[in-house]
Amino acid sequence: MKRNILALQSEMDMIFELSRNGRSGYQVPPTSDQLPEFEIPQELRRNAAPRLPEVSENTTVRHYVNLSTRNHHIDKDFYPLGSCTMKYNPKVNDEMSALPGFAGLNPWQTGATAQGAMQLMYELSDALLEVTGMDDITLQPAAGAQGEFAALLMFRAYHQKNGNPRKRIIIPDSAHGTNPASIILAGYAVTQLPSDSNGLMDTEALKRALDEDVAGLMITNPNTLGLFESNISKIIDLVHEAGGLVYMDGANLNALMGISRPGDMGFDACHMNLHKTFSTPHGGGGPGSGPVAIKEKLTRFLPVPVLTKTKAEFAWDWDRPDSIGSVHSFYGNFGMHVRALAYIKSMGGDGLRAISENAIINANYLRKKLSPAYQVFVDKPCMHEVVLSGNLQKQKGVRTTDIAKRLLDFGIHPPTVYFPLIVPECLMIEPTESESRETLDEFVEVMMQIDREASESPDLLKQAPYTTPVRRLDEAGAARNLNIRFYDDIR
Amino acid sequence: MNIPANCLYTKEHEWVRLADGAAVIGVTDFAQGELGDVVFVQLPPLGSTVKQGDSFGTIEAVKAVADLYAPISGEILEVNSVLDGSPEVINREPYTDGWIVKIKPTSIETEKSNLMTPEQYKDFTSA
Amino acid sequence: MRYIPNTPDDRSAMLRDIGVSSFEDLLTAIPKDLRYQKPLNIAPGKSEWEVRREMEAMALKNQNAMSTPCFMGAGCYDHFVPSAVNALASRSEYATAYTPYQPEVAQGTLQVIYEFQTMISELFAMPAANASLYDGGNALSEAVSMACAHTKRRRVVWTEAVNPAYRRVARTNNVAHGVTFDTAPCANGCQSNEDIAMLLSEDVAAVVLQYPNFYGVVDDLKKLIERIHTAGALAIVVSDPMAMGVLAPPGRFGADIVVGEGQSLGNFMSYGGPYLGLFACTMELVRLMPGRIVGVTKDLDRKRGFVLTLQTREQHIRRDKATSNVCTNQGLIATRATFYLSLVGPQGLRDIGNACGRRAAYLISKLRDVPGFGFPHSGPHFREFLLRVPGKAEEFFDHMAAHGVLAGVPLVRLGLADERGLLVALTETRTLEDMDLYVSLAQKYVAEGKR
Repeated sequence: MKRNILALQSEMDMIFELSRNGRSGYQVPPTSDQLPEFEIPQELRRNAAPRLPEVSENTTVRHYVNLSTRNHHIDKDFYPLGSCTMKYNPKVNDEMSALPGFAGLNPWQTGATAQGAMQLMYELSDALLEVTGMDDITLQPAAGAQGEFAALLMFRAYHQKNGNPRKRIIIPDSAHGTNPASIILAGYAVTQLPSDSNGLMDTEALKRALDEDVAGLMITNPNTLGLFESNISKIIDLVHEAGGLVYMDGANLNALMGISRPGDMGFDACHMNLHKTFSTPHGGGGPGSGPVAIKEKLTRFLPVPVLTKTKAEFAWDWDRPDSIGSVHSFYGNFGMHVRALAYIKSMGGDGLRAISENAIINANYLRKKLSPAYQVFVDKPCMHEVVLSGNLQKQKGVRTTDIAKRLLDFGIHPPTVYFPLIVPECLMIEPTESESRETLDEFVEVMMQIDREASESPDLLKQAPYTTPVRRLDEAGAARNLNIRFYDDIR
Repeated sequence: MNIPANCLYTKEHEWVRLADGAAVIGVTDFAQGELGDVVFVQLPPLGSTVKQGDSFGTIEAVKAVADLYAPISGEILEVNSVLDGSPEVINREPYTDGWIVKIKPTSIETEKSNLMTPEQYKDFTSA
Repeated sequence: MRYIPNTPDDRSAMLRDIGVSSFEDLLTAIPKDLRYQKPLNIAPGKSEWEVRREMEAMALKNQNAMSTPCFMGAGCYDHFVPSAVNALASRSEYATAYTPYQPEVAQGTLQVIYEFQTMISELFAMPAANASLYDGGNALSEAVSMACAHTKRRRVVWTEAVNPAYRRVARTNNVAHGVTFDTAPCANGCQSNEDIAMLLSEDVAAVVLQYPNFYGVVDDLKKLIERIHTAGALAIVVSDPMAMGVLAPPGRFGADIVVGEGQSLGNFMSYGGPYLGLFACTMELVRLMPGRIVGVTKDLDRKRGFVLTLQTREQHIRRDKATSNVCTNQGLIATRATFYLSLVGPQGLRDIGNACGRRAAYLISKLRDVPGFGFPHSGPHFREFLLRVPGKAEEFFDHMAAHGVLAGVPLVRLGLADERGLLVALTETRTLEDMDLYVSLAQKYVAEGKR
């Protein structure tokens, strides 16, 4: 019997296992008999049909509703995944993106038939420029990593225009993994610098690393330890003096809105994650959106097409000879642009500042409340996230991964773990402004309980979780015996 | 931790053992412990040549990947085909069944001095 | 502040607990001159009612496929989206979850992706598919990188009948790596061995074909791919999942990498995004595959479960040795495609394919009779065809739009030189009345002497 008394822990069928010949959940719109047949040579015809499931609509719905209950999600409970900004996703935003006037637009519509869509993108651009203090922007990148990459291509084009593309980009050792990967893809080598004892960029090390081969610096601010880079002005001056450009990874922009602006700090480019800071849903891993804001000196290199506005109308400008090209087939993830603008309109300028203030207060509150049991990696006021080390628990024989898995039993999603790499047994906690004081208090209680369990019954933690739809999974087995589709053969 | 006396070692945690004019190469007990469950080993083609210190393949765990560096220069004589289906043998028997490649050394005498003795490697890993 | 629960009283109490007297005390790390002192110049927050009204006003300024018949395609199509897709995809469980880093509480997302991978493998008849990429152009771009990494070569050949928008993305993303591209012409809109062979040499990493091609023409892939393989190059096929109910899949012809745009599978056109990059390849290439991959495994109780696998390919582990910087998939869009394909099934996909092909054949036959309109391409067309209109295509488009029909995509909008060229697409949602209206408006265009 497949069913279990705890229904949530029953093994689920796959949709293919529910398939029965002749069932269907779809009826095609009619085709008039007047129409000719679709004629195609025999050798180009499909003989063996693809083995898609044959199920009715209600079977499909029940299967995927049941599967859905096996997910943790932000509408269900706390989700303090550091660097990911798991904030509440307002419902009105989704409805707005589904309006026929937005959802029903073909991207090749221009001119008179799509003025509203272009106006929306223009308004969003303006708001994002105000938040970042930059001069110009592209909404094209479909994710933060793509924003990084697009900006690095602009850096490359800028240096090329000045005669030499240069060779290296500097990052701190606390950087997100996408940074070095994007650098390599943009044709540069990576120079990684160790952070100083306060977890900040080491300006002396930076000085030594800078030369005429350095195309630029990528840095996250506040950094991945949740700390504001206090020397940022000096850092940026140093890179500029060496002829390099400076990029801000905007993953942590939720700490800065109305509080401090990358453009004012001197950054030449930064990306924003609309799916983090501006509340668009994470969708189980996408779609995201990673607009890149830049200083005027990079404008000529922006990806095409560039949205322009004259008195009469909005238009797409393709005639940009110095452009890096395009990083998306069209204009980026427009559906996310709609949601982000709805969010900004709902919050307003004062509300955006309130978001960052509350995010910072929530993180510091957790820092203070958790510090009796957990080691705070840098025990100073943090910005929107706090980074702990599970070192004290490790001494009791419990690893950070065990703490994370135990949290699942309490219905709480664990923080980001083992990142940044420079923190041993790392727990990176980002509560966001969405959470109430009561939720934070509950989380603290659970974390304290887990710390007690680490002392009293460490083995309990090592086997956790117990209450989830599946228990700990054999990831090594999955990689060794690769099974990535249901059917063994190809038809 | 197991550090056999009949091997020489690199700072990147490979071991090499000389036998009948061939050199057998693998990763150390320390390395497999740090990596965790090994899930895949990318092996070099037979007959290719490697230089001391060059990467000749990669070893992958679930959430880590490491380059394999040649402890000495030479020509690849044999690769351990068992690793294709059962890479976990490296976790179980890093110095015996879990060997990775056999090479025909070309300049072993001059290169030996760049390697660590078992005692040196022991100090190196406990430092 | 309807999305922020804590009140000013909560804040004060929390600041007290933190041990500071004011919020500003938490900002000591930010030098004073970098603290933004003014209010942001963005209008104050509005009620939900006001927000809706403003957003709806913008939406109403657009002419859209839900109120006017849309014959536009070129990489984005107006297929019907069943209600069940919207209902399921709007569930918070899918929409507001993040990347499945903790598999014990992400089995919903993970199993859906596994089912998605299986469906994409089935559609294209390829052994391995990933969890999706940003869009069709980016999928092509990653295929090019993969082919170069695999063959250690740096030159790529593609045909004129590969979507120019995808080619632009692939070029942008790969030039910094020193990849060069050559374009094979397509006489009569067909991809031919003669044109490709001229550019083939031992330094070619891959040849990119599109199937059905950008002009809607269905080329015979078999001979093309055989020829490509004789040069030691990989065959990359940009393919349309919607055609896979009626056309032989590219895997059958020996394709090494198949990529495509999955927007048609249950997703709205949404002015160009979010879309769905499809990516499939042979097992030989699987360790170079970009993006996420889900695999089956067992839990502690020996129960079936799903995890992200082959993670050592990815940027968060491989960092500066990674071959791709992709760190997400198009999760929710792939999820929608999974729901859609589950509903539609093999029969539905075949029916839709036939409906598209028959409509294209019908409109071609009717427009042939209108003087001044021409068809440069022969051969079987799936869903889309190139029309030469009298005069400029953009002017014809405006005429039709003024009469409530989105007539097609003028090729000049894709940067192509053909001023008379209009790419016309027909999905199963175009009715006989829509098509007859199209023909009568075309006749009127000629009769009124606009041309």
